[in-house]
Amino acid sequence: MSVRTFYDPKTRALLAELSGDIDHCTAAGLREPVDKEIMQRLPQKLILDLSGVSFMDSSGIGLIIGRYKLMTDLGGSIVLTDPRPEISKLLTLAGIGRLCRVVDTHKSGSFTGGVKI
Amino acid sequence: MKEKLLNEMTLRFPSLSENERFARLAVSGFISSLDPALDELSEIKTAVSEAVTNCIVHAYRDRVGEITMQVRIYEGQLIYIRIKDKGCGIEDIPLARTPLYTTAPDEERAGLGFAIMESFTDRLRVSSRAGGGTAVTMLRTLRTRKAANGDKSKEG
Repeated sequence: MSVRTFYDPKTRALLAELSGDIDHCTAAGLREPVDKEIMQRLPQKLILDLSGVSFMDSSGIGLIIGRYKLMTDLGGSIVLTDPRPEISKLLTLAGIGRLCRVVDTHKSGSFTGGVKI
Repeated sequence: MKEKLLNEMTLRFPSLSENERFARLAVSGFISSLDPALDELSEIKTAVSEAVTNCIVHAYRDRVGEITMQVRIYEGQLIYIRIKDKGCGIEDIPLARTPLYTTAPDEERAGLGFAIMESFTDRLRVSSRAGGGTAVTMLRTLRTRKAANGDKSKEG
């Protein structure tokens, strides 16, 4: 489980690449560095890259909803990118699509390693 | 259960958060002989993770207690998983099973644990008594993969 963050001042987008398993045990360790970056940068958009996430349960849903609330409070938005099929199913079950966009960057071609969406 | 019991195991471990991962990997390893499809395995692991997390977060909220996990494999690719604690118990089971209901909203709990267990298994039974612990039983029948195996043998 790890997270890497990248901020693009031009687009005011913060990219957070999550990887490994997201469960109750690991969620706090992912939340803290992301929230620290959000409070420091005040981005307009938070992009959570889920392509490296190998497992996720409802703790991951809690993590996404929590970041959605934080970004909404700050007047921003959140986008999720490239979840694996089994994680997509969980996102659908949880109704995450009502809160934010879930983008497949390989298909849409809108994401080129930077943070432009 | 009228199906023939083929294999079983029981694990006991303390309600430490790092055991969420251990529990789902243990189940995954135990049922690997059935050659489950990736999506089935992922769903079973998620359901187990939810049940064990409930024990850790809710049943033993302020202490560490014992979790017992029993897994059985029956004839016909049927998997039985029972996860039991001796924690605080659930006063109102229908309310606890309501999607989005949680007793721990401040901790970013989504309130989806039971809804996920229900969706990712064929049958979910919850028995609990306030102060007397909770047992969650899940049944899931795997798809038969004869066709896929047949293809594999042709390749060989």
